[in-house]
Amino acid sequence: MSGPDEQDTPPAPEPGRPEILRVEGLGKRFPGVVALDGVDFGLRAGEVHVLLGENGAGKSTLIKMLSGAYHPDSGRILLDGAPVEIRTATDAQRLGIATIYQEFNLVPQLTVGENLALGRPPRRFGLVDTRRMHEQARELLARVGIDVDPRTKVAELGIARMQMVEIAKALALNARVLIMDEPTAVLTTTEVQRLFAIVRQLRDQGVAVVFITHHLEEIAQIGDRVTVLRDGRSVAEVPARTPEEELVRLMVGRPIDQQYPREASSPGAPLLQVRGLSRAGAFTDVSFELRAGEVVGVAGLVGAGRTEIARAVFGADRYDSGEVLVDGHRLPGGDVNAAMAAGLGLVPEDRKGQGLVLGADVGENLGLVTLRRATRGGFVDRAGQRKAAGRVAAQLGVRMSHLGQEVRTLSGGNQQKIVIGKWLLADARVLILDEPTRGIDVGAKVEIYQLINSLTASGHAVLMISSDLPEILGMSDRVLVMARGRLVGELDAAEATQDSVMALAVTEVEDARVH
Amino acid sequence: MLVSTNVLSRQPALRSLLAENGALAALVVLAVALSLLSGDFLSVTNLLNVGVQAAVTAILAFGATYVIITGGIDLSVGAVAALSAIVLAWSATSAGLPWPVAMVIALVVGLACGLINAALIAYGKLPPFIATLAMLGVARGLALVVSQGSPIAMPDAVSHLGDTIGGYLPVPVLVMAVMGVITAVVLNRTYSGRAMYALGGNEEAARLSGIKVGRQKLVTYALSGAFAAVAGIVLASRLASAQPQAASGYELDAIAAVVIGGASLSGGKGRAFGTLVGALILAVLRNGLNLLSVSAFWQQVVIGVVIALAVLLDTLRRRGSG
Ligand SMILES: Nc1ncnc2c1ncn2[C@@H]1O[C@H](COP(=O)(O)OP(=O)(O)OP(=O)(O)O)[C@@H](O)[C@H]1O
Ligand SMILES: [Mg+2]
Repeated sequence: MSGPDEQDTPPAPEPGRPEILRVEGLGKRFPGVVALDGVDFGLRAGEVHVLLGENGAGKSTLIKMLSGAYHPDSGRILLDGAPVEIRTATDAQRLGIATIYQEFNLVPQLTVGENLALGRPPRRFGLVDTRRMHEQARELLARVGIDVDPRTKVAELGIARMQMVEIAKALALNARVLIMDEPTAVLTTTEVQRLFAIVRQLRDQGVAVVFITHHLEEIAQIGDRVTVLRDGRSVAEVPARTPEEELVRLMVGRPIDQQYPREASSPGAPLLQVRGLSRAGAFTDVSFELRAGEVVGVAGLVGAGRTEIARAVFGADRYDSGEVLVDGHRLPGGDVNAAMAAGLGLVPEDRKGQGLVLGADVGENLGLVTLRRATRGGFVDRAGQRKAAGRVAAQLGVRMSHLGQEVRTLSGGNQQKIVIGKWLLADARVLILDEPTRGIDVGAKVEIYQLINSLTASGHAVLMISSDLPEILGMSDRVLVMARGRLVGELDAAEATQDSVMALAVTEVEDARVH
Repeated sequence: MLVSTNVLSRQPALRSLLAENGALAALVVLAVALSLLSGDFLSVTNLLNVGVQAAVTAILAFGATYVIITGGIDLSVGAVAALSAIVLAWSATSAGLPWPVAMVIALVVGLACGLINAALIAYGKLPPFIATLAMLGVARGLALVVSQGSPIAMPDAVSHLGDTIGGYLPVPVLVMAVMGVITAVVLNRTYSGRAMYALGGNEEAARLSGIKVGRQKLVTYALSGAFAAVAGIVLASRLASAQPQAASGYELDAIAAVVIGGASLSGGKGRAFGTLVGALILAVLRNGLNLLSVSAFWQQVVIGVVIALAVLLDTLRRRGSG
């Protein structure tokens, strides 16, 4: 196994390097949907090729045909100039194609080490050599730069760490073609830079990388070329230096005038007060308040305790000490129903694990939070539920064939809209959003921001956790910064900048030995 | 780009029903084949007979449908059915209670068994397989204890439940239909029914959406227990006596019926109508094999194969379209 670090870094790739992979006229239909309708796309050795397109444009479907998850209905795939059939994941692996999917494929009940070695664990006398497995896992984890014990169960990791484990798992395959479907959707700047360093290193070694992202600023940083997909067709191929406005126009078909349309209103009475909240190993002495009409952003590095705080406030997890008050009334800890009754809502970060019933349809999922409210004498007003679901789906521009479509078959960004939508219907007075725009395209983000505006305009309050710093800065009235389980600073919207927030986020908290 | 799915909805209702429901298609094929092979199959008497034979399994299976939709399993239903029937017969005869009171007690026993299952699962965090396996042992044992190991005659009034109304409609078939309608209504229209699907689909997402998981599990297993009691009473009234060993192994038939009907053992999927079809497939098959004088030994082999085939076909059909 030749590790990439052993080799010297050759100069940046000269254009005109050999094309490894080409797809021609690729088409794919699902019942009721044409997902791909003629895509052409070429990938050179030593380039990072960005796939850009709105939610549901067909990016994930395209890469799933390269990884053997789907089989195309029409068109062909050429590898080194020769047509290939990629029928299974094993075929893809044999051809040197590794894929990081948008929805994670880790086994939550297994440990990080076991997941990294899944399918090909090191053996000794026919048995799994656990020690070597953990050693290899530790090396991989160090390479992607996360501090996780390989014996940790994947279920205990936050979403960002799961993403890093997925990346490590793909790196272990030493593939010639590395496909990454929105790897940065939940990462903070630090991890993104780390990832980019790895990607550049691979690229310089001649690996061809397909990179999908909705963060436009990343394209110029990491990409070489961009292929734009719209409605299942490839509509343009442009250099990665193309200005963002032009990329947006190609992708959405119209310009977006204002990415962050925050309309601050003067804050009213305090709705949510959190006082001295602590839980051993997660967060320590966290206090803040949220006033009516406010959007408060929470920034911090991965592992800073932001998600843990959000879940504790909402009652999803318990806390050891401190108190949470809504309208001055104290909530019992660890009781989701009491929190909901008081007017709290939580859009969780992990849509697949905590947000959605994947096997149920769009209407069901959108109506889940409001199910109780739509019940009279034990019977649910299903017609009313459907109507409300249809309304909010239209508001969010969910791309689906009908309300009866299984959520599992929606594109990633559209699934995310469903998680937000079900809480919009609930009309929670204090809405906690944990990575709300994860995987959502630039156009739809603006819609969501406008919905946040209308919530606060009607006296609701929003607590927004996000690893997307521009989003935090653009949409918050105040920014809280967390580091190592503590609240290390609070900045006003006017004074907060990327640098001031980051400076706080990396604060070393003395005597706080939490991780 | 979206194109509408009208292709299916423009087809005649029956065809789209068959296309959507592999089990129903299998039942139709089975019935056609049997009517060709045996002249007796399509007679009214025989069909009503099939209905009666399907009734007990179907009622148990309706109860199992709730549980399987939540992603659980209930192995205790056969034993609970026997215990409930024994309790009814014993209260009405040995204890001399009026039969309606005895019937209520029997239902309460079924309900209580279900609640205990649920408490062990939801609050004791036992896996459903283990909790209900334990209940299977306890209920079967109690049935033997109460009856002292021998059958108890059912009160006459209750035995009429095994008869027919107006000389042709068997009461078990009527009870099956009523329990089926109840199940369909509970699953489709009530809060608890909708919550069961959410729970089975993703328990954590359901909890974070404000569904009280423990309480809904109580409802689920209580329904399963109560349905088991009804099944036990129907079975005992058909036999005119409650037997402590009655309905042994019926839990597996019930589970098979639910799964043949399109439910998924991993939860989140299942319908009352599908379960009914599943139970009918099993009953039609047994009946047909009898008509064709296939030996009881071979019958077991055939039924095993058919269960596997039915579920396999359904899985393939879904994979093809998904
Ligand atoms: N298994 C499926 N069954 C039905 N429709 C599907 C299936 N998979 C994808 N689709 C549909 O195909 C279209 C393209 O989806 P895809 O996941 O490729 O979008 P995407 O470009 O990756 O979007 P996003 O940015 O939201 O991840 C969507 O309309 C989606 O609903
Ligand atoms: Mg996608």
